[in-house]
Amino acid sequence: MSATTAPVPTPVVVQPPKVETPFRRMASEFCESKTAVVGLVIFAIIVLIAVFAPLITPQNPYDLAQLDIMDGRMEPGTVGGAGFTYWLGTDDQGRDMLSGIMYGLRISLLVGAGSAIIACAFGASLGLLAAYAGKRTDTVIMRLVDLQLSFPSILAALMILAFLGKGVFNVVLALVIVEWAYYARTVRGTALVERRREYIEAAQCLALPTHRVIFRHLLPNCLPPLIVVGTMQIARAIALEATLSFLGLGVPITEPSLGLLISNGYEYMLSGKYWISFYPGIALLVTIVSINLVGDQLRDVLNPRLKK
Amino acid sequence: MSVYLLRRLFQSLLVMLAMSVIVFVGVYAIGDPVEILISPDADQIERERAIKALGLDLPLWMQYLSFLGNALRGDLGRSFVFNEPALQLILQRMPATLELAFGAMFIALLIGLPLGLYAGLKPNSMGAKVVMTGSILGFSLPTFWVGLMLIMVFAVQLGWLPSTGRGTTVDVFGLRWSFLTWDGLRHLAMPALNLALFKISLVIRLTRAGVRETMLMDYVKFARAKGLSPARVTYVHVFKNILIPVVTVVGLELGSTIAFSVVTESVFAWPGMGKLIIDSINVLDRPVIVAYLMIIVLMFITINLLVDLAYSALDPRVRLENK
Amino acid sequence: MLQISTMRAAAMAAVSALALATAVPAAAQSLTMAVGAQVTSLDPHYHALSPNYAVATMIFDALTQFDSEARLEPGLAESWKPVGETVWEFKLRAGVKFHNGNPFTAEDVAFTIARVPAVLNSPSSYAIYTRAIERVEVVDPLTVRFHTRAPYPLLPTDLAQVAILDRETHEGATTDDFNSGKVAIGTGPFRYASFRSGDRLELTRNDAYWGDKPHWQQVHYRILPNDATRTAALLAGDVDFIDQVPTSDLTNLRRSDRVRIAEKDGLRIIFLALDHQHPQGSPLITGNDGKPLARNPLHDLRVRRALSIAIDRPAIATRVMEGTAQPSGQFLPPSAFGAIPDLGAPRTDAEAAKKLLAEAGYPEGFRITLNGPNDRYMNDARIIQAVGQMWTRIGVRTNVDAQPWTTFIGRAGKQELSAFLVGWGISSGEASNPLRSLIASYDRDKGFGTSNRGRYSNPAIDAKLELALRELDDAKREALLREATKTAMDDIAIIPIHIQKNVWAMRPTLVHDSRADELTRAQDVRPAPAR
Repeated sequence: MSATTAPVPTPVVVQPPKVETPFRRMASEFCESKTAVVGLVIFAIIVLIAVFAPLITPQNPYDLAQLDIMDGRMEPGTVGGAGFTYWLGTDDQGRDMLSGIMYGLRISLLVGAGSAIIACAFGASLGLLAAYAGKRTDTVIMRLVDLQLSFPSILAALMILAFLGKGVFNVVLALVIVEWAYYARTVRGTALVERRREYIEAAQCLALPTHRVIFRHLLPNCLPPLIVVGTMQIARAIALEATLSFLGLGVPITEPSLGLLISNGYEYMLSGKYWISFYPGIALLVTIVSINLVGDQLRDVLNPRLKK
Repeated sequence: MSVYLLRRLFQSLLVMLAMSVIVFVGVYAIGDPVEILISPDADQIERERAIKALGLDLPLWMQYLSFLGNALRGDLGRSFVFNEPALQLILQRMPATLELAFGAMFIALLIGLPLGLYAGLKPNSMGAKVVMTGSILGFSLPTFWVGLMLIMVFAVQLGWLPSTGRGTTVDVFGLRWSFLTWDGLRHLAMPALNLALFKISLVIRLTRAGVRETMLMDYVKFARAKGLSPARVTYVHVFKNILIPVVTVVGLELGSTIAFSVVTESVFAWPGMGKLIIDSINVLDRPVIVAYLMIIVLMFITINLLVDLAYSALDPRVRLENK
Repeated sequence: MLQISTMRAAAMAAVSALALATAVPAAAQSLTMAVGAQVTSLDPHYHALSPNYAVATMIFDALTQFDSEARLEPGLAESWKPVGETVWEFKLRAGVKFHNGNPFTAEDVAFTIARVPAVLNSPSSYAIYTRAIERVEVVDPLTVRFHTRAPYPLLPTDLAQVAILDRETHEGATTDDFNSGKVAIGTGPFRYASFRSGDRLELTRNDAYWGDKPHWQQVHYRILPNDATRTAALLAGDVDFIDQVPTSDLTNLRRSDRVRIAEKDGLRIIFLALDHQHPQGSPLITGNDGKPLARNPLHDLRVRRALSIAIDRPAIATRVMEGTAQPSGQFLPPSAFGAIPDLGAPRTDAEAAKKLLAEAGYPEGFRITLNGPNDRYMNDARIIQAVGQMWTRIGVRTNVDAQPWTTFIGRAGKQELSAFLVGWGISSGEASNPLRSLIASYDRDKGFGTSNRGRYSNPAIDAKLELALRELDDAKREALLREATKTAMDDIAIIPIHIQKNVWAMRPTLVHDSRADELTRAQDVRPAPAR
């Protein structure tokens, strides 16, 4: 994938000599990888599409009055009853796939990024705390992690559904509940090793406040594995949401995410109506690849130990 | 050390207790098992009888206490649906799931480690980029979708592998295992690969990240400066060091692979614990759900303990007694 | 080029003919079936559930049984008749033997009736089918009389559900003994070979069977709940026969020459239940401004009629169900016992619906949430979305909420919903069954309205139904049931949508005697006659 993007001529950026700030340093290091920049651009476009979907789609796929089952399962390029062309076909409810995908991106990004960020913040803090404080705190947190990791996401989602009903935010909540433990476990693993290193001992000898030691010294050194897990978890969250939809526990059926579109179309795969599942799949793939291209490079940039 | 183990054991019991309470309350909140299990033709009197027969007429806390009392005697209750001891139901299906999970982990390490090592040692090569981009595919495609695609290609189109189910089994220690027969392995191949996809990507990425980092470490530079062969540096110094995160995550993933083989098992009709739990959740067969989750918690705790022990063996800086 | 391709085609045809020729004799005696529904037990009296019943009818027999059109026919009883207001006499078939060689006699019938309510821990007992019986009288080894508490015309129908066991073999037998195969012994066409719950059941032919002997020496009955997997297993040739074919696969399978499809009009009505209970505003109905309404619009017959005629049933049947549904305006197909012969599906008329809404005082419509399961009936979530589109178009803005059956059914049973989709399989094939469970006023002592989750209540219907349930004269009973059905449908107690067709798919070398009652059984499958 990166091979095809390599020959694109990049505009020559003339960098005037400026004062080196950490952010600027990171930005310039980030731009060293062309693939990462391409990833960032694609990701930015996807976010723009998601944000402005209502303005650019020919149909509001969430408005039942605009759908017609008589237009259901039309092939890509068919002109429908409403007079516009279904460039990517329609699903079983007569939903324009192109509009559905653009709206679906919104939901998927919200669910994926939202749950990953919340779970990461929550889980990483607990993991750091466990590693740094040790003793009782560590025990309690880690046993909570044990409990959480063994709890099936399906049962968690079913319980939330029973308590709170269906909705996008309830899905985010279910994913956070399922995922925070991964971050906690990963961060604690790394932090346990890091806190024995000299620089932490040095920081402690200087009598720096605990939160400063944790967040300014320990955290940055735990970041690389966290970013590996984090970028993967965004993807995993989106895929997990698709799986929950597959099991009937995801977002509401009238407001499908990419995952729900794929899982709806899954049933038509054996009968050759590939477009219902295929195009949302491509959209999902491009989104996740772009997130990961950015994430990979970020990890290298942020890693204090990869400094030359 | 033994004090440490004892303490962990005690904590484990507390976690299992907490789990049983959560599940009891959670399942109660989701719905009424009788409503789901009862024949539509049943009248109100029959409903009342069924509620009583399953012990659901008592207040929840009394149901829980009687469960606890029986659990202390090793009885985790009988399945509402099958009228068989829940523990027995689960243990019967455990070999199938263990087989699947270990098969998947094996495939993941077999493919993931060498590719990750390669991508880490030659990060700028074409091959490494292909590997890394390819690994993204592994965790961005939903499992159920990939599973169906595998069936479509290898069973329906090519006819190389059986589409679903478990093959011929052999009885060892009173349990049925299928990985000892050729037919069993053929049935195992697709579900194991399906379950392994995510793990392969994970192992590739962790290995690569670890290698890249470790190569810049002082002791590696030192080892190189000493004139050790690149192979020795790679396989002794680097490899030993990157194993820590890989061991943690693989250990953790083994647990979650066993726990969440649900989707793979239902797509491939693999008669394991995952299929049992999803069936049980669908009919709110509480004794089975509770027993299953308590077993899974126990397994996670054990795995985490083993991972911690492995830590201290691999990295002397982590000391267990210090906790 | 042309020559080569024809030659290759000829060669391939020859090869495949050879493969078929060698494959047929070995495969001819064995059949691999895949079913979608879970079999939970081999004890035929443990869990009243249609997949368990299907398996029970392969290993066991009942006194009476249903033919493929759901008409009652003789089973282990050769004939039956009422010999008094509250006494039924059954003449038993002579010379029938259980799989272990024990003879079948009237004593076994008496034993069976006594065992049914005594099965331990049953989550849903077969006792509902034997409750009417007060006493069993063994007249002679081949004659048995059932004394009922009150006149009970449905006794022969109910007894079709009750598998007959052997007193000698099954005295004290537990459910575990059946599942382990120890006492899975009946009089049926197949014998138990092995059973792994949740996975598969293996059967062999009972060569001493009293009725038509099945073709298959060996039957592998596999449980494959995932729809796509089941179809794929058939296409891959791993199984010979599947049930519950998903409609999404039908277009392709119908065209394929590797697969034969069997369809049959079923006895399962898919309908919308409405909230008749809350007069002061229904829980999930609001005005267009989102505020609760002062009264429940569903209490107005005009609103109910508008909602019914707004639904384009033929569109749902052709587009959503791919032709596997018959649009309907009542519970049963018009030819069934107690159904109204000339009552078809209501005609779709969106304009008239809008007018009715305006007359009822809702010219701008209102907002409603339409609930339904997403894992229970064929295309359930798709149907409610389609209905949502149609209601929204007449101004009733519909929010569609599909949930798994586990969470959905609890809420429906607690009267927390306003309108929801459910289905009802009419096991008896006649009209008293849906009237009693779905329409009659909820009444614990009479056993009425058990699944009347919208709490519809109409004393006129209740009275007619009570009369019908005691009427031994078939013609009089049918007239009463028709009147009750007519009243319920005119009052739009529920909104019927369609009656499902049952669909099976198999290798083209097989034929299937398809059943209206959805049961999938090995004795109904035979090799196709040679052309």
